[in-house]
Amino acid sequence: MSGFAIFAAGLTAPERRPPAGLAGPSERRFAVYRNNVAVGLIRALETRFPAVRSLVGEEFFGAMARDFIRSHPPASPVLAGFGDELPGFLAGFEPAADLPYLADIARIEAARTRAYHAADLARLDASVFAALPPDALERLRITLHPAATVVRSIHPVWDILAAASGAGDVTEWTPQAVLIDRPHLDVVMRPLPVGTAAFLAALAADAPLGDAATSASAADPAFNPTAALLDLIGGALAIQIHLPEESLT
Amino acid sequence: MPATLPAGPGVGFKPEHFDAILADEASPLSFVEIHAENYMGDGGRPHAQLAMLRERFALSVHGVGLSIGGETLDAAHLARLRRLIDRYRPESFSEHLAWSTHEGAFFNDLLPLPYTRETLARVAGHISRVQDTLGRRMLLENPSTYVRFAESTIREVDFLGALVARTGCGLLLDVNNVFVSAVNHGTDARAYLADFPFEAVGEIHLGGHDEDADETGAPLLIDAHGSPVADPVWTLFVEVIARTGPLPSLIEWDNDVPEWPILRAEAARAGTVLARHLRSRAA
Repeated sequence: MSGFAIFAAGLTAPERRPPAGLAGPSERRFAVYRNNVAVGLIRALETRFPAVRSLVGEEFFGAMARDFIRSHPPASPVLAGFGDELPGFLAGFEPAADLPYLADIARIEAARTRAYHAADLARLDASVFAALPPDALERLRITLHPAATVVRSIHPVWDILAAASGAGDVTEWTPQAVLIDRPHLDVVMRPLPVGTAAFLAALAADAPLGDAATSASAADPAFNPTAALLDLIGGALAIQIHLPEESLT
Repeated sequence: MPATLPAGPGVGFKPEHFDAILADEASPLSFVEIHAENYMGDGGRPHAQLAMLRERFALSVHGVGLSIGGETLDAAHLARLRRLIDRYRPESFSEHLAWSTHEGAFFNDLLPLPYTRETLARVAGHISRVQDTLGRRMLLENPSTYVRFAESTIREVDFLGALVARTGCGLLLDVNNVFVSAVNHGTDARAYLADFPFEAVGEIHLGGHDEDADETGAPLLIDAHGSPVADPVWTLFVEVIARTGPLPSLIEWDNDVPEWPILRAEAARAGTVLARHLRSRAA
């Protein structure tokens, strides 16, 4: 084991003694590095996942974050992506088993950071869709803007998010969906009807528009294709549209 | 060869100061510095702000994650750095004599390395590769350290001087780091500075530290960047500038970030020191 490996191993293991080979008294001195690493990375997660933190409390969050950091240390010095794996980690995190919605809240918060840093790509306006031949619409495949993410949950995640920030309450335990997007520089989030969310999720998975509408109707009998198209086109979520035989942009 | 930073005051840019900095008609700033890793996303507000800052100020890109002192360089990260440098063409790029990544895990801290012939050869190789990849000379910053290694055989100033000689890199002299390390290791900051290779210095850093003690009661200073620059550090800064003449001089305040007027006043204080030495040289 190299000196670097020994030093590195001690950084995330609080029970370890300082590595051998340090000159002079080094207990408190090495602890400064250990503390810097823990505090810096926990703070990065707190900044990215404020609603998760608010739902579980500071102490639980800190302990959970230390577990996460040991099993999923940042793989890159670009910390904007640190915590991408937290939703999956929370889904299997035994101590949080009685908060089954926590992973979906983390998915929403992770998507918010990705939206913040997403590429500045031009969005298609309604005239592009208006110019299509009428029979083309249902064969259309759509590339959504990289800032736009739909999170669908079997839990009332929009109400839980509001409650976490002290701005509302959960009144009814029904499935909800959230759209995260960044129209200009600010990230915005809004609730979506579950049918519209299924429709956009199918489009994001590269389904043609007709098939996406079919699966949305199956997901939600109240699915309203006109309202969903309005969300897609009026919300300028698309950056490219394709027909099987040609690209239209 | 890109232009160099102007020999005036600068600040480490914090997004919460963006509006105040651009609205400041009589800004004391000659340049701003950003942490490279905060601008490696694809788009959005970070790049929108940086593009506007770039139009108004000279720019220093300061890396905090390249791990030049580590066992290996991350080629993917070096490529990201190159894209950032190519896009904004800053007047300066700097990094640390430290490591932060080991076997793919990033620790988000500037960690110390032993100073030996072996580490000297490796760090020199890393600096050369960085300079070749970026197509420019880089500045290397002296670290603040809390521990020392029994195996070290080379003094830090000699290690830095040898890196300059081998790679042609410049140095970023962090005066607070000099003070923090000297107190922590019971050595003399002025003796360290007396032997510092000043001819290679392209930028100065000034920042605040916290005071603590180790288990023997010996003072332990923490390079926390969360408070004003301490008086003994200002004194050392004045002594350095008296010796070198004006240099680009930056205030770092990364934690518990104050309102803009407080940070501005720190930068203006550095600017006053620099201006005094401009005048005394002209006289």
